[in-house]
Amino acid sequence: MALDAYQKREFKQVGTRPNRPDGVDKVTGRAMYGADATAPGMLHAKVLRSPHAHARIVAIDTSAAEALPGVKAIVTAADFGVPEDAFLLDVQDHCMAREKALYDGHAVAAVAATSLAAAKAALNLIKVDYEVLPHVTDVDEAMKPGAPVVQAGRAFENVPAGMSENVTHHCEFGHGDLDAGFAKADHIIERSFRTAATHQGYIEPNACLASVTSDGRADLWVCTQGQFFYRTLCAAILGMEASQLRVTASEIGGGFGGKTMVYMEPVALALSKKAGRPVKLVLTRDEVFRATGPTVSSSMDVKIGMTKDGRITAAQARLRYSGGAFHCGTVDFGAQAAFAAYDLEAVQTLGWNAMTNRPKESAYRAPGAPLSIYAVESVVDELCQHFGLDPLAVRLKNAADKGTKSSYGPTFDQIGLKATLEAAKAHPHYAAPLGPNQGRGLSCGFWFNFGGNTCVSLSVNTDGTVGVTEGNPDIGGSRASISLMAAEELGIPYDKIRTIVADTSSLGYNDVTDGSRVTFAVGLATIKAARDAVQKMCSRAAKIWGIDEDAVEWVDGAAVPAGPNAGKFPPMTLAEIAAVSAETGGPICGHHEVNADGAGVSFGVHLCDIEVDPETGATKVLRYTVFQDAGKAVHPSYVEGQMQGGAVQGIGWALNEEYIYGADGKLQNPGFLDYRIPVASDLPMIDTVILEIPNPGHPYGVRGVGETGIVPPLAAISNAVSRAVGVRMTELPMSPPKLLKAIEAKG
Amino acid sequence: MVKVLLWGTLRSAADGQAEVEVAARTFKELLDELAARYPGLEPQIKRGVSLALDGKIYREAWFTEIGPDSEVVLMPYMTGG
Amino acid sequence: MKTIQVSTTINGDPAEFICTPDETLLDVLRNRLGLTGSKEGCGTGDCGACSVTVNGRLVCSCLVLGAEAEGAEISTIEGMAEGETLHPLQRAFIEHAALQCGVCTPGILVAAKSLLEKNPDPTDEELRYWLAGNLCRCTGYDKIIRAVQVAAAEMRGA
Repeated sequence: MALDAYQKREFKQVGTRPNRPDGVDKVTGRAMYGADATAPGMLHAKVLRSPHAHARIVAIDTSAAEALPGVKAIVTAADFGVPEDAFLLDVQDHCMAREKALYDGHAVAAVAATSLAAAKAALNLIKVDYEVLPHVTDVDEAMKPGAPVVQAGRAFENVPAGMSENVTHHCEFGHGDLDAGFAKADHIIERSFRTAATHQGYIEPNACLASVTSDGRADLWVCTQGQFFYRTLCAAILGMEASQLRVTASEIGGGFGGKTMVYMEPVALALSKKAGRPVKLVLTRDEVFRATGPTVSSSMDVKIGMTKDGRITAAQARLRYSGGAFHCGTVDFGAQAAFAAYDLEAVQTLGWNAMTNRPKESAYRAPGAPLSIYAVESVVDELCQHFGLDPLAVRLKNAADKGTKSSYGPTFDQIGLKATLEAAKAHPHYAAPLGPNQGRGLSCGFWFNFGGNTCVSLSVNTDGTVGVTEGNPDIGGSRASISLMAAEELGIPYDKIRTIVADTSSLGYNDVTDGSRVTFAVGLATIKAARDAVQKMCSRAAKIWGIDEDAVEWVDGAAVPAGPNAGKFPPMTLAEIAAVSAETGGPICGHHEVNADGAGVSFGVHLCDIEVDPETGATKVLRYTVFQDAGKAVHPSYVEGQMQGGAVQGIGWALNEEYIYGADGKLQNPGFLDYRIPVASDLPMIDTVILEIPNPGHPYGVRGVGETGIVPPLAAISNAVSRAVGVRMTELPMSPPKLLKAIEAKG
Repeated sequence: MVKVLLWGTLRSAADGQAEVEVAARTFKELLDELAARYPGLEPQIKRGVSLALDGKIYREAWFTEIGPDSEVVLMPYMTGG
Repeated sequence: MKTIQVSTTINGDPAEFICTPDETLLDVLRNRLGLTGSKEGCGTGDCGACSVTVNGRLVCSCLVLGAEAEGAEISTIEGMAEGETLHPLQRAFIEHAALQCGVCTPGILVAAKSLLEKNPDPTDEELRYWLAGNLCRCTGYDKIIRAVQVAAAEMRGA
């Protein structure tokens, strides 16, 4: 069996709920986030943004702004090169418009000044001559031949001929004979759905502090999900060598995928280089909404055929996503995930991405999957209603399982879908009575998860404590989980271990904190780094005892002779071995570097009860239960936290959150007052049921849990609302005015 | 020979086949062979692909060994939030 | 712009600062006094991450001018623990996993403390409505509500 394969064991520490190591700093206000750092001689930066959805930049005159006292540097696209790599060019163009402003809020210039007031005043003195162009913000409009072209010549080779130049990407997945499958159905339902773009809505606005010195070295302090990736992008855009740019991840005030991409960090570095002083750049909430993050918006058609006893005979989805003004491949994930929960003989998903005059899409928890699964789960629910079948029984009947050829190609290994469905069926929530105007909905959810590049260093201190150095910003309690796994492997108490997140100069490359990868991949590397250190400690004990290295094993935090033939020596604890490490060969450290595979896909099922006020169209969530397979829950409180947080983000997506564009192509609601994320009084408790079906690809059976939780709520809520009001809802969000309209149309 | 399942969009670059056979013992050999035999696949391979080997998804990992009876599925490069 | 000199009390200690007439209390706390525990999530009073109390009243410090602090008693997150001893709310938040990223946590703790001073035994619903002005994007509020109730019970001696 491979060393990284799952082995059944009794855990002593993994699965307990100790306090998080960053807890005291965070409850006392001491934790340092992106905007909390300062530097000697620091300047403050502000970004000038396009007021137009689409405009050619004819000229920029910065002379009056430069003359303003206190202004130390101004940059525009002219201060950057033109990268050859198409992806990098998009990243840079998103940070600073080059020839055209591609969306309302697109950066066109930036100023660094001795005070924020001076920087703001300077923005008003920059004259930009725009030639306003026709714009398009809706995905269906953007796909029509003759639509305003956002960027020309960007389509991939896979786009069928004859489509609008805005269509940059096309994909198709599936297997089997659709026509034959639909012919076997007793009933076929085909529906079209639309979802608005939403924002990750992290509470901490993007912020950074850049310092470039005259000898070419640079430091960047930034709230990011991936300091190494930010280094790659910033170094490439600035033309720097990676070794000269040290990126330190601050504590991060939420990311959810939104802080996996640079937005203004290269600009801050360019300003600092030009001014010769440190530059702090903090976005306002308005800028966060207008120029960072949002998800794709979508327009989708789903067609499913079912027999009267509830077997799906064929399924097809056509997905049209828009990831804003740049190429976006997120529809690939939506198309692959759409039918992942089902064991299907005939299935096809088609996807297109179309550019629109909106900010560049960034990942948001299971990117692309919540939308397509919302559409699919809505149609499945409607078919259950049509036949009068129990929606859980129908899902169980069609559920993917070990050995199922998935809708996106591979055959599933051990998966937890049936177990989560069974858990939902057995839960008292499913049998609880409902009152008038109330409805119950459910949905399956799925995410792939992955591992990725990971590097961990573990040092055994001479006093018997241990430091773990890892490279992934902690967005959900991962330092606690990683300490727990190190403690488990080493056999020492959790509180003897301190795990820190290193800067880019202190460790090898680590992929971004995304893809639900950290507890899985960093955990795996930590376990192996601990085993590396254990091997070295056993070797030291062997030398001290004068026996063969192979005759020593590690039991409960101590080296012991392996079997009676090895000799009789009392166990040497980690602390005892560490105390004499200088005398026995020097410091003891463990390392592990890996590009981890085998993350193991993740399934979840959500169950919710809602009540609709027929007078106002407002929906109240009454009860909500999340069932999810966690593989092994390393720190169950933080697993629950991921499940609860993901569910509530999905509830927000279903009921209220949306990017609203006016006819002028401007974002109408760039603030938390009008872009309404769920608040405490909107919600009930979010009950959680963690299932533990070990992932065969991790020594402890760990599976990523961060993303799947946002997938099911969209359909679960929509199905509940549709059943409560007696109208099938097909558009998100189901905000009160929209719902009221649907109720009134029904009569 | 290893059978490789292509996703729908790639089939037009492989003479319309959903499944192609290539001689390869590792992912690296498989990708090189695919790009050589079907030049239309090269842009996608360059942009990045994942490979599912017997249901397990790999993002890079050139030297992963492929058995003759392994199930190999080409997938778009995985990312996440 | 002409600056204003302000004398105030912050977390029980006298404090003096100068600020411009348009400068918010939040900017003064963060940029002039180094009290960065209060966070700016929106700058428009919608997220509550900058919650502090002024003369015992819970406010968004981004909506209060620095000049208004003259003669006032201001409490921030930095003053909640007594030395090494955490406030029961702070302890409950750690022990019951009521925070993830932690950026909303200072504001929520200040707001919750302010509620418990007025109403030591709130229902969940009262608590949820009181905290409706404090956005949290990570937790779904479940563990926050539970942690506040645990702390409230402890503070009541229950």
